[in-house]
Order: sequence, then C-alpha cells, then structure tokens
Amino acid sequence: MGETIKIDVNHITRVEGHGDIKIDVENGVVKECKLEIVEAPRFFEAMLKGRHYTEAAIITSRICGICSVGHQLASVRATEDAFGLVLTKQNRQLKTLLDMGQYFESHVLHVYFLAVPDFVGAQSVFPLISTHKDVVLSALKLKKLGHDIGDMIAGRLVHPIGIIPGGFTKMPTVERLEEILDRIKDARGELLKGVALIKTLTLPDFTRETEYISMYRKGEYAFIDGNIFSSDKGEVSYKDYRKVTNEYLVPHSTAKRAKFSRNSYMVGALARFNNNYEWLSDSAKSVAEDLGMKPICYNPYLNTVAQMIELVHIIDECESIITDMLNTGLKVEEPAKPVLKKCTGVGAVEVPRGILFHEYTFDEAGYIVEANCVIPTGQNLQNIEDDMKAIVPVALGNRTREELTLDMEMLVRAYDPCISCSCHLLDVEFVNDGKK
Amino acid sequence: MSKPKVAFFDFTSCEGCQLSILNLETELLELLDIIDIVEFREAMSEKSDTYDIAVIEGSFSRDKDLKRLKKIRETAGVVIAMGSCAHIGGINSLRNNQTREDVQRIVYPDNPTLYETNKKALPISGAITVDAFVPGCPVDVKEFVKIVKNLVLGKAPGLPTYPVCVECKMNENTCVYEYGKTCLGPIVRAGCDAVCTSNGGVCIGCRGLIPNPNINSQKDIMEKYGLDMNLIMDSMNLFMTEEPKEV
Repeated sequence: MGETIKIDVNHITRVEGHGDIKIDVENGVVKECKLEIVEAPRFFEAMLKGRHYTEAAIITSRICGICSVGHQLASVRATEDAFGLVLTKQNRQLKTLLDMGQYFESHVLHVYFLAVPDFVGAQSVFPLISTHKDVVLSALKLKKLGHDIGDMIAGRLVHPIGIIPGGFTKMPTVERLEEILDRIKDARGELLKGVALIKTLTLPDFTRETEYISMYRKGEYAFIDGNIFSSDKGEVSYKDYRKVTNEYLVPHSTAKRAKFSRNSYMVGALARFNNNYEWLSDSAKSVAEDLGMKPICYNPYLNTVAQMIELVHIIDECESIITDMLNTGLKVEEPAKPVLKKCTGVGAVEVPRGILFHEYTFDEAGYIVEANCVIPTGQNLQNIEDDMKAIVPVALGNRTREELTLDMEMLVRAYDPCISCSCHLLDVEFVNDGKK
Repeated sequence: MSKPKVAFFDFTSCEGCQLSILNLETELLELLDIIDIVEFREAMSEKSDTYDIAVIEGSFSRDKDLKRLKKIRETAGVVIAMGSCAHIGGINSLRNNQTREDVQRIVYPDNPTLYETNKKALPISGAITVDAFVPGCPVDVKEFVKIVKNLVLGKAPGLPTYPVCVECKMNENTCVYEYGKTCLGPIVRAGCDAVCTSNGGVCIGCRGLIPNPNINSQKDIMEKYGLDMNLIMDSMNLFMTEEPKEV
C-alpha cells in the first residue's frame, strides 16, 4: 500500500520573500511537487520606463534590500555599457570591493542565521545566542565588516548612495582603508571558526547532475565583469544573455523561470565554485579540500558550504585589492559623463545568489524606453523544483512527513533564494491549478 | 512587567528594512532586553497568534492582503508602519503614475491581467489605521530603536519636524543646488542625518514631507538657481507619488 502525503508549507521561513512548497503524494505516486511563489508583484520594469538614466540604480536597488548592491552594480554596468563608459582600474577595484562587502553581509546572513539553525535543531538564530554565543558574535562581526566596507565605498550597504554610472561620488580615505584592511585580516580567524563548525555538520547526501551557469573571466574568479559560462556549453558573450536565460512562465509561479541546455540550470555559489574553481585563492582551495568539496559538485545542499569557501576567497581578494590601492595611492576620479544618445546596454554581475542581468534602452535624452532584469533566484526556481521531484520519490517510505518537510525547506534554503527579487514583477495567483 | 511582544510582517516590499533590523548587531541584542520578538519570518520559523506591537513593512497593493492586514490590526495594540513603502507608499507608488493596465502590459505582455494587483500601491494607512511610522528607505536602525523604545515607554515616537536641510547644514555639506542639482532636502523630514547629501547624492524624498512643508520657499530656491519647478515634482514621484502635492 503506497503512502499518501500532502505537504503544504505556507510562507517558507528564513528566506527572503514569500514562497510556498506544495507536495501531493497519493498511494505512493507523486502527483504534485511545486515551489510556489506568492510574493506581491512590484512592476519594476514599468516603473523604470520614462525615468532618467541617473535614477535607474536608485530605483532598481529597491527591488531587494539584501541584493541592493547587486542591483546597483548591474544597473550602473548596464548604463555604462550602453553609453560606452570604460572601467578604470580604480573604478573596477572599488566596484569589486563594494560587491564583496555585499558577499560578506549576504553569505554570512545565509550561512549563520538562515541555514545553520536547521543543522543544530533550532528554529532561528535567536536560541543560538545562548547555545553558540561565540559563533553568533563572530557572525555579527563579519556582517558588520561587510556593512562597513559598503559604508566606506558608497555610504551604506542597504540601498547604497555613492555608486553612479561612470564612477563614485566619494572616495575612501587612506585611514579608513587601513582600518578595514586590519579588520579583514582579523576576519580570517573568525571565519575559520565558522569553517570548523560547518565541518561538524552532516548535510543531506543527495546529488543530481545539472547545468551550472556563472560569469567567466579568464584568470579570475569573476565578479563584476566578464562573459557567461555554462558547464554544458562553455563561454557565451554577456550581450547574448537572453539566449542563455530564455525566460518563461509556469502557471503556479509568476516569478519568471529560465532554461538553457537542459530543463533547468543552477546559478550561485555552487555554480561559481564548479565553473571557476581554478581561480579560487590558494587558501580558499585548501579550505575546500578541508571541507571535502571539489568540482564538479552536484549536491545543491552544499551551496551553503560553497558560500563559506567563497568568503575565504573574498578575504584574500579584499586584502589584495586594498593593499594595491594603498601602495598605488588613490586618485580623485570624476565620474565619467555619458554623451547622451539612443542606445542599449547590458550589465552582468555575479551577486551572492548568482549571475544577475540588467538591460536598458535609452532615448536620445537619457530616459529609459525599455528595461529588463533577470534575477538569480528566478533562474534557480526550476532547478529547485527538479531537485524536489528527484528527492520526493526516493524519500517515500524512508522519511516521515515531518522529515520530508524539513528536507524540502532545507533544500529551498540551501539555494538562498531571494523571492523579493525573483518576483520583482509578478505575482502568484492560482487562476488555475497548473493543469491544462 | 512582562516584555511587550513584537511581531514583524511584510507586504509589497524589498524587505530591506527588516534586513536593516537584523543588521542592528549589538543594538539588536539590547533591544531584546525590552521587547520579545515573537514573529519575524525572514529570521525565524516560529509564528505567534498574539502580539502587542505589529511592525509592518511594505505597501498595500492587492485586495487579497486586506484580510491579513485587518487581522493584524485586530490583534495588535500598536501598529507601526516601517519604511517608505508602508509609511507613504514609497517606490511602489512610482507605478501609480501609470495606469494598472499599462504596467501590467509592460511587465507581462502575454497575459496582462492574470495576476491580481490593485490600481495603486498605497501606504498601509490605505488599508488599516496606523498608530506610528518609521520613515526612510531603508529605515535608519537607530531611529527605529528610538521609536520602539519611546512607544514601549508610552511616549510619542519623537520624530523631527524640521527638514533634511538642517541636518545637511550641520554636517557642513556644500548645498547641492550650488552644483546645479535638484534636491528635496528643503521639504523632506529630517532624521536620516542627511545621509544621501553627505555621501555625494541628493535627497530623493524617501522619508516623506515634513508637516506643513514650505513649498513657497522651495519655489524660491528653484527660481534662484534657475531650475524648473517641474524637476521637484518629478523627483517627488520617486517615493512620494502618494504624498499631497500643492503647487
């Protein structure tokens, strides 16, 4: 006699935004297995229409609080691409540092506050304040470092102020850079405590081969510029992002989904780790080895571990950029001014949750005619659902309903989804139940 | 005296304000000395049916959220609208300058009306009565703590009633009008420590208008610098489409 299970997790907790999990098993047959997106629609592409190029980053930043740096970076990169503004070395360094400030904040929040409670049997980070106080304090310290990097470069990390097309409105001081450099060196020790904790955790053993998509720039662990790389198809120009993302809709989720070579693909820390492992710093590679991670890794639950490895790489990268800036000396660079014309540009940036694209078309006066934003979480949604479909049939008979529910929640959380972002434009309304 | 129970809720928003609360670091731990957080979906799995203070982030943009909002209003003694979206409609209300049909068609050309959305994205006060608000996009976390503490002590929230210009001057910034830029500082509520103008930006109005804004003085400034008053009206559309405008 087969099992009958109905799982309905309303508003998954400890993720950004509103998503529901629905699983329906009747007599041992999986009838339905879905990740539903119930975020309210925002209509950002419509809001952008008719607004001046100087406002694009201010507006798109508000797609998501946790990803606001990422949206601003992709936004200014798209505008710079459209007007043909070239990145100077210093501008590139500042943008990379700002991106890394966001990685600190975002990865630490996800690993320590959102994911780890599952592994130690807690409902949130708050009980950990008494049971794992040193780890919580260490996480707060690392998060604060991310915020202070953001403050130093652009005034603040949530909805930054100082980043504009062509450059920055302010420059960090030498004293501030030195202070941040000291704290980055200190952060390495804090992070290794976290690595030690991660090492003690047992993550679900599940693998499913899929396609990994990330940015690619030969010789670098790419962050703010480069082409697209697919683990199936190789390099694709960033300008051709639409050929990779192929956005489409499914009735039960109004966040747009994406597919390239297969039914689904994955973006984010694990995709970057798999595609760009070669260019991780030596200490990040040795931490990876210590944690038993090597490419290609097909276990999506290990995305969280890949984030920890990236944090080690980012510490090395920040250290080398700031040291170089201090040795070369900062120059006052006026932001490059665009010559207005009808034009279109694409910005592709690796943000914590994966590769993000913005594309704008401007009229001759610099006002937006058309805008498109393709969000990492949207690109991951089908891949999450394909994982769920692979896990559920195997779990039947071995896992209780409660265990399976937790497996599913942990899976969704492992992707570190940002539903605010992925539903920047659409809503889920069950006009029909997904069946033709 | 038992600590008041505080629950956080979000509607149409980016959750950046809740994120800012999670970024409170040491102040967050201090805040937990005077309140109990009983629901905060972004950070914890527990949910609660009872709470004294409800903190709401996000705008009211679809009727199907009305039931949940009314329930929150019935349960909480104090409802706080947190951030621009909840306080004044914020960036969500930018779309109110276009028709619902237009925005749906732009974003979802193949089937514009499949997903429910109201004609306008409104502040939370467009759906239920709000007792207090924390302005800003995102909120200033120190101000948030101050307002919550004041409310817990039964005092007024204690928001400034003077404009951003006052704080900007105190920070010794050169007025951005001198650089030919348009800034909403003269009519927008202070309390952010003029964070935007102090970091090379202009005031974009995320905190809403001060009570009785001196629009005539704003007109004088525009005249003095040879700028068109329409620039102010257009800047106001970013966050303040739903704020009263009189020219």
